[in-house]
Formats: sequence, C-alpha cells, structure tokens
Amino acid sequence: MPDDVLRLTDVGLYCPAGDFYIDPWQPVARAVITHAHSDHARPGSAAYLATREGERVLRTRLGVEAHIETLTYGEAVSINGVDVSFHPAGHILGSAQVRVAYRGEVWVVSGDYKTEPDATCTPFEPVHCHTFITESTFGLPIYRWSPQESVLAQINEWWRRNQQAGRASILYAYALGKAQRLLAGLDAAIGPIFIHGALVRLTEDYRASGVSLPPVRYVGEAPRGFDWSQALILAPPSAHGTPWMRRFGVVSTGFASGWMRIRGTRRRRAIDRGFVLSDHADWPGLLAAIDATGAERVWVTHGYAAVLVRWLQEHGRDAAAVQTRFEGEAGDG
Amino acid sequence: MYTFAQLYAALDETTKTSTKVEALTRYFECAEPADAAWAIFFLIGRRVRQAAPLPTLRAWAVDAAGIPDWLFGECYDAVGDFAETVTLLLPEPGEWSVEVDRSVLPFKGQQPLHRWVEEVLIPLRTQDEVKQCAIVRAVWATLGGTERFVWNKLITGTFRVGVSQQLVVRALARVSNADPPAIAHRLMGEWQPTAAFYQGLLAPETTDADVSRPYPFCLAHPLDDPPETLGSIDEWQAEWKWDGIRSQVIRRAGQTFLWSRGEELITDRFPEIAAIGALLPDGVVIDGEVLPWKNGAVLPFAQLQRRIGRKNLTKAVLDEAPSALLAYDLLELNGIDVRDQPLEWRRAELERLIATCAPGSQALLISPVVAAVDWDDLAAQWATSRTRNVEGLMLKRRSSPYHVGRVRGDWWKWKVAPYTIDAVLVYAQRGSGKRASLYTDYTFAVWDGDRLMPFAKAYSGLTDEEILQVDAFVRRNTVEKFGPVRTVTPELVFELAFEGIQRSSRHKSGIAVRFPRILRWRHDKRPADADTLERVRALLPKD
Ligand SMILES: [Zn+2]
Ligand SMILES: [Zn+2]
Repeated sequence: MPDDVLRLTDVGLYCPAGDFYIDPWQPVARAVITHAHSDHARPGSAAYLATREGERVLRTRLGVEAHIETLTYGEAVSINGVDVSFHPAGHILGSAQVRVAYRGEVWVVSGDYKTEPDATCTPFEPVHCHTFITESTFGLPIYRWSPQESVLAQINEWWRRNQQAGRASILYAYALGKAQRLLAGLDAAIGPIFIHGALVRLTEDYRASGVSLPPVRYVGEAPRGFDWSQALILAPPSAHGTPWMRRFGVVSTGFASGWMRIRGTRRRRAIDRGFVLSDHADWPGLLAAIDATGAERVWVTHGYAAVLVRWLQEHGRDAAAVQTRFEGEAGDG
Repeated sequence: MYTFAQLYAALDETTKTSTKVEALTRYFECAEPADAAWAIFFLIGRRVRQAAPLPTLRAWAVDAAGIPDWLFGECYDAVGDFAETVTLLLPEPGEWSVEVDRSVLPFKGQQPLHRWVEEVLIPLRTQDEVKQCAIVRAVWATLGGTERFVWNKLITGTFRVGVSQQLVVRALARVSNADPPAIAHRLMGEWQPTAAFYQGLLAPETTDADVSRPYPFCLAHPLDDPPETLGSIDEWQAEWKWDGIRSQVIRRAGQTFLWSRGEELITDRFPEIAAIGALLPDGVVIDGEVLPWKNGAVLPFAQLQRRIGRKNLTKAVLDEAPSALLAYDLLELNGIDVRDQPLEWRRAELERLIATCAPGSQALLISPVVAAVDWDDLAAQWATSRTRNVEGLMLKRRSSPYHVGRVRGDWWKWKVAPYTIDAVLVYAQRGSGKRASLYTDYTFAVWDGDRLMPFAKAYSGLTDEEILQVDAFVRRNTVEKFGPVRTVTPELVFELAFEGIQRSSRHKSGIAVRFPRILRWRHDKRPADADTLERVRALLPKD
C-alpha cells in the first residue's frame, strides 16, 4: 500500500510523506506521541511532538533531557507537507488522537481513549477521517462500564465502611491517570488521603498542569505509630503483597480497573474489592467512537483486535488488525 | 433474592473464615425461614435439576444480547464461566432495547429467594421451550448485577461459594439454641427446603422424622507419631483400614438406604447390599465400607470404580465386581441413636446383630478386629497391609463415642504408605505427544488454612476413561486461562502418592515431592475432605 498516509513498520506506525513515527517502540528521529503511558511513549528518540496539556507528565516519563515540542489541541503543524494535529482522547491528562492529513486523505490514530468525561483531562472528541486506527483493549461486549459517579460512590462507601470497621483502605490503581482520576473523585471529607511514593511525582505534575486535586500526603511522611484505620491509601498494583503494606495494620484492599469486571481476575489477584473503572472505552464506547469518525476504513490495534475486526467486517466495514507493540500494562485498565 | 445475592457477594469477597461466618450469621438473623432454608440448600452445594441445557441457554442469551454466537464464544473464553458470561453480556434491567414480556413472571420486582426458586426456577422444567425462553428472558430483564449472576448460577446448577457445610452449621448454631452436631445431622440425607424444615433445623430438641437420614460420619486423624504414644494397647481396638467407599446402610420403616460419605444415595448402585436391608430389623443404622468383594477377599479399588461411573449395572458387571459392606460400627438400634454408647458396647451389639440377622452373608460382613498382644505385634501385622489390599490400620479407643466429624484423640488412621495425600485438582494443562489435545497434566493443592495451596504436579495414574472424564471436567469448569494452563473449579479430589518429600524454598508451599503420581480419583471425597499443608509438612523428615 504505497499510497497509505501511514504504514506499519518494525519500529512503529510510520508516515512516509512526513518522515515521522507515531508512538514508535524504538528510538527514531521524530516521534509524535499520543500519551505518556510507557507502551506509547518510549525514551530515546531525537525529537518528540506531544500535547501541551501532557508535557509535564511526558517529561517525567522521558527524562529532563528529552527534546519535546508541543501543540495545543486542534492546533496544526506541517511536517514535510503533512498536516499533523492533536485532538482530545480523554484517556489521561494530555492524551491525544493524532490527526494526519496528506493530499486530502485524513488518518486518525486514536492512541488509547475513553468516551466518558473525566475531571482530570480534556474529554474525548470524535474526529472525522477516512482511516481510523483504534485501540481495542476492552473490545468485548462483556465490557460495559457503569457511570463513574456510581463507581466513585461505591469506593467512597467502601472507605466509610472500612473506617467503621477500623480497617485502612488500600486502593490500587495505575500510577499515571487512574490514580489522579480517583483522587479527583474521592470524597476528601471522609478522611485523610495518602499516596504511595510511586505516585508523588505524577500527582504533582497533574497539579502543576492545572488539575484540581484534594490534598494528599505521602505515606512516608506519616509519624511512627500513625493510626491508618481512617485513611485511604492510593498505591500502584505492584505494591500489593509487599512488605510496604505491613505498616497499615488491618486493611481492606481494592483495585480500580476495567479488568475488575471479571470476577476471576479479581480473585486471582487476591484483592478484597474490585471497582470497575477504566480509562479505556468499553464496547459500546468503541463502537460509538468508530461510528462517529465516519471512517471508511478501520485499523485495530492492541487488545481484542481480531474480535473487533470481525464484528466491524460483519457490519459492512473495511477493517483490519494491525500488530503494534502497544501492550497496555496489566494495571492500565 | 437481593439479600441472598448480597450474602453471596460478601462470602465471595473474603477468604477469612471468621468474616464468612459473620456474613452468614447476619444473613440468617434477618432471613425469613423459607428463604433461609433455600439459602442453606444452595450454600451446602445442593442443586435443583437444571431446567434447560447450556446450549439452549446460550442461544437465548445470544439472542437477548443481540450478538452472534461466535462472539459469545470469545466472551466465554475471556470470562471462563458460563453464568458470569451471560450475566455480563446482557443489558442491565431498564436498558433493554428489545421487547420483553415481564408478565410471564408470577410477580413483579423485588421478591424473596424462595419465591424465585419455588415459583420460577423449579416450575421452569415443566414448561415447553417457548415458554421457558420467555420466562428466562423476563428474569434476565428483571434481575441485574449479582442477583442475575446468582440466578444464572442456580439455573445452570453451578452455584458454588467458598463455604463449607461446617461454616454454615457454625453460623446456624449462633442464631439458634441448637447444638452444631444436631444441626449437622439434620442437614444430612434428603430434606425439603421449607420454612418448617428450617424451624426444625434450629429446634433445640430432636423431632427428626426423615427415615432416610444418615448420621454425620465419625472421621479419623492420621497418626503421625508412633502408636505406642497412644498408651496401653488394651484401650484400643484395631481394624484394617479398608479401601472402599465409606457408607451407612439405613433400615427404617421397612425401607433401605445406602449413603456414601459424599452424601450421595448409592442404594441402586449396590443392589446386593441393598438386599440385605430386608434382613435387618427396623431402626438400624450401620457404618461400614463398601468394597469390591469376591470369594471372601477384597478386590482392587478400581473394580468398585466400574460400579460407580455406570448408568446401567449389567449382570456382567455385577458378576465380575460383586460388592459387600464391611460393617464398622452401629449408630442406631431399635430406632434409638446409640452413638454416645462406648465403642465396646456398639461393637458387641453389631456383632450380635449381624450374627442373628445375616449369618453367612457375603454382602454384609463385620470388619474383623485385629488382635495383638502389644504394639510391636500390631506393627508386625500392620506391615502386611499392602499384601492384604488394605491401607493400614484404624485405631479406635474402646471407650469412645461415635463423634461427629473429625475429632482428635479417639480415632486414628495408621496408614502404611506414609506418602499419600488427598489433594484437589486446581490447574490443568494439555499433555504432549499423542495426548496433546487432552488436559492430562495436573496440579494439585492441599488446604493451607481456608486456601488451596498448590503443592504437586502429576501426569500419570489415571485410566484412559478417567482422563477423558477429567478432560471434559476441565473444559466445563475452567475458571481462568493462563497461557496453556487452565485454572479449574476446585472440585475433584485425587489421592496422590509420592516417593519422597523435602523442604523447598523455590515452591510457594515450602515443600517439594519426588515422583508424585495419582493413585486414584476419590469420587467419594469433596474438596473439604482433602488434606492440609500441615499434614503434608508433617511427612517431612525430622531434623
Ligand atoms: Zn494508555
Ligand atoms: Zn495503550
């Protein structure tokens, strides 16, 4: 397909006319980045183009030396005659869909996205295009999310009950995005909120980027003998079952992720409560987003690509799976 | 239904025994008796007959969800559980875009568990398929979340939650004045889950009328110390530890019932034993072991397996593998519960009963007492166990009552092969070579507290027929797929043998076993009967 605006190479999605890559998995001369999750933003490239909203978190991930240029949402730049612009993906702070237009052909790379609004980032906007490259992390019809208000209410209620029972509440969440979204949704009037060390820098980045979050304290700052029974502690899933947990005494553990929709996943992780809250689109969200683009052709990347492709084909669309190396980390749900 | 679903969620959410008992207690304190009876029925693993086969349910679910069948398959592969897949695929109540006729249900909205079961679930079987489909759709469109999940578990006969009968009994004892052993007894045998049953269950005095009801079995602890630590041999009665199906034969009101320890009524599996019931007077319950028995000697256990797995007992099978009950103990005589009498007394009455009622019978015999002058003498006889096709010796204190369950101190099992363990199948993996299409590589677990701890892998020891059965089980009961490994519902119990055991820091269980193999499939045991990690550790060489 020599005329394609984008094509898949060993290094990543490549735009031959513009000579740049989108979310490459190896260092390249020019990388256009959808968002700061590590399977999409890898260090080592000579130059990066990303959104202004996500600049801070991206720099935390890529290092202070990284050469990062930014654009605001909707602002276009021409790279070797190819128009490139970012459009909100609603996934995490600064996450974007990349619109690439060349000689009248419009392609959009979704990166990761969710269609439900989120207080910690600019909400998803559908972009008209000819070819849409979509993720499919939760591309099965069993994945349907409840409105976040009800999930956040469940979490706050769980916290209150734990307080009454004299148990600390440890809530696991992916460190970038989900953790800050939860912070914004927690009811800080219930009790003190603490965060694991791995969350400190990213949470500061969010605040510095203008996202309003309740006051939190770093776990390590608590005095010896601190009574944790009233507190909620936000931590990355990797902290589960480590000696770090010992200080909290009696605890109840919760995990906020789209994967918690399935009972077996929660049980295998030996977590007390699963809260179904995802930063990815659910099945209806994926289908609606694809529809809204008006795309003639859909390429499907990481997740249940084969399933979504077959569904789209059966519904009369030109669809194909593309093998990227966007993995979607285990906690990135 | 809502409160029962809440109970399910609470039990499912924790692995702590104390939290489970609290949740059960809270439920029974508030539940109306008719609901409590059904809750107990399902919690202890009883089932109502499946109303519709899974493929039919699947077709209805696919239709209601508006998806093609292949997509159901993809979802099922991700979820690993049929009832849960259906639950997650269907729209929540109030979100249905297709027309649903809810008037096919006998009621509207929130209803207690017993109404759902008695007025919807049970009558479902008798409807034609069109009506069944309409009803099931209406239920799906009425119940959401955990309630729908529980309903789907009930309708598919796969309701399971991690509580043992013992925990249920403990909670029931807390909300009543009844003794736990009395409750345990009343939960055995056949009973109808009704409000009256529940009230009787918790009644302080016994008003037990069910003629088929067996007694809870008295179980032995493994003897890990040398037998001389038990004191004088004169206080002990030794018997061979037979290797069959522990059972009770009940003769009451002119009827005979044979119950296995797995609480299955197996009367029709063993017609020759059932026939001896007619020789016994009314009001008799005998505890014993069903054995493959021919010409006055026990046959290998595998012969018994042929009797269990079969729908029709042909004359050939009956001729080749005749069975007998070797009587151990007498639990009821003249309609009176004699379990509190000392063993010595019960044994004497048992001998007298069999000698008068079934002299010379080849289907009812008494398990002989192994006489010995001292422990050394007994040990010498114990060493001959393998050649006798027995597992070792049972040591029972002559003064002991017939306990409920496993009570330490009065009954000991002194097995010859120390390295055998009853374990639960938890993971399965496909084999290699000619068996690559079958799940033949298994991982087994034992209890570590109330958790199953994997401790051994085994590949061999089952017959081809059994391998096919286990394979089918694995496919039907996959909880989760993990690369090539499937996690299965912990349900099947196997007896494993191994040649050696040592400490290992590489294994999560802290032990490694040498040359593990499957001795046999223990159809008669439930997961709760499997051994504990503590018991496995006790086999470690002392250092
Ligand atoms: Zn992401
Ligand atoms: Zn991703």
